[in-house]
Amino acid sequence: MNFWERILALDRRWVYVGIALAVILPITLGLEMTLGTTSPPTQDFYDAVEALKPGAPVLIAFDYGPSSMPELDPQAKAIVRHCLSRKLRIICVALWPTGTALARDVLSSVGEDMGAVDGEDYVNLGFKAGSVAVILGLGEDISDVYPQDAEGRKTSGLAVMKGVKSYADVPLMVDLAAGNSPFGWISYAHERYHQKVAAGITAVMATDLYPYLQTGQLVGLVNGLKGAAEYEDLIHHHGMGVRGMSAQSIAHLWIIFLVIVGNIAYFAMRRASRE
Amino acid sequence: MKLQVPLVITFLVGVFMAVQFFVPHEVGQGGYEMLLKWARLVGAFALVLGIGSLWRTHGDKIRRRRPDWPYSVVALVSFVVMVVLGIVYGHGEHTGFDWVFRHIQVPLDATMFALLAFFVASAAFRTFRARSVEATLLLVTALVVMLGRVPIGELLYHRMPQVSEWIMTVPTVAGKRGILLGVALGAAATALRIILGIERSHLGGAGGSGEGE
Repeated sequence: MNFWERILALDRRWVYVGIALAVILPITLGLEMTLGTTSPPTQDFYDAVEALKPGAPVLIAFDYGPSSMPELDPQAKAIVRHCLSRKLRIICVALWPTGTALARDVLSSVGEDMGAVDGEDYVNLGFKAGSVAVILGLGEDISDVYPQDAEGRKTSGLAVMKGVKSYADVPLMVDLAAGNSPFGWISYAHERYHQKVAAGITAVMATDLYPYLQTGQLVGLVNGLKGAAEYEDLIHHHGMGVRGMSAQSIAHLWIIFLVIVGNIAYFAMRRASRE
Repeated sequence: MKLQVPLVITFLVGVFMAVQFFVPHEVGQGGYEMLLKWARLVGAFALVLGIGSLWRTHGDKIRRRRPDWPYSVVALVSFVVMVVLGIVYGHGEHTGFDWVFRHIQVPLDATMFALLAFFVASAAFRTFRARSVEATLLLVTALVVMLGRVPIGELLYHRMPQVSEWIMTVPTVAGKRGILLGVALGAAATALRIILGIERSHLGGAGGSGEGE
């Protein structure tokens, strides 16, 4: 077995060790990288939030589960922090059952840090089954779809809901998504009720949503961990997004290295077999 | 009757929803809001159907002692535990339900997804080859986008993020938009076929079309 054959037959556990070290070491050592240029979709998202007047309500949908937390939790925390710092009211909903608990964690951790009060500055309405029917229902009457919040309080009696009946009273809706929920919010909340929609998504979903960004159906897009890091940088509060960037950089380099080595080995073997 | 009644309901509701979208009248609006409430109720019943299916599938597996049946026992026991904790003690913060979610479901779910990084790296090493012009184009594009998505890419070449963003906003969107238009036209055609009763596969049976029935 020659050198290139040995490379191609490399035990996959070495590949796994490389990925594990690429992720674990930068995070445990606290390695931070300079972020550089903010991508336009993230900047547009930030600008959309900046354009809102203090006191305006923002609807945030937590449509993801624990598997996407590494990418979407840093986004959620940065966006919630930005909204609270701008004195915007936050109304959270969830089309995914797991979204209720994830929203609660984000709101309580950031809310406590910012001195925000549950029920006055933010509310977690929780999960409601029905997907498209829920999205459409919120355009008619939010308290009809959610008579109670996730803690069992009457929605219409909460200070944070004062003057908020439907999309008509909400200048911006944000979907934090790990699945196809943004298409529902765009198709029904935006197209039917002209609701401004922005999204925070996992990086793998980006190609599906860029067309909507270009048409203006999405006013901003925070894309993956890089988007989270950029948003953290914009609000001058670094968290797991920025810390995760070093791990992601090294993991990407490791994969690129493997692809290059794999291709060199493949062509060397092909050449040898021809000779 | 079992076929005609659902077809008539589908036709009437389909036509009503299409008409009320274009005719903003209070009668249409009232009907629309009522149908939305019904749809949410149907959505809730879909959960019940899902739970029924879960019990039937795993119960059958356990009864017949099929391979890996102990995992089905774990699934059903976990289901019962979560339901009991949620109904009896509530599902708010600092409840048993919340504890199980945080300390069992979150790490398990995150672990399953994290394994993907290892498989992606291994698969990229073993199969991502520049065997043809198309494959080379795909490979180079993937590498540029990967580098453009991390700060180290900008350190290697200062315009890497812009190049990556251009790939995402021009050629990718062009291809994706074509696909989306095709899907949208297909969805509209399917909706029309369902409303007109041509497409009947959702009413049960293997046949996709009602023609000849």
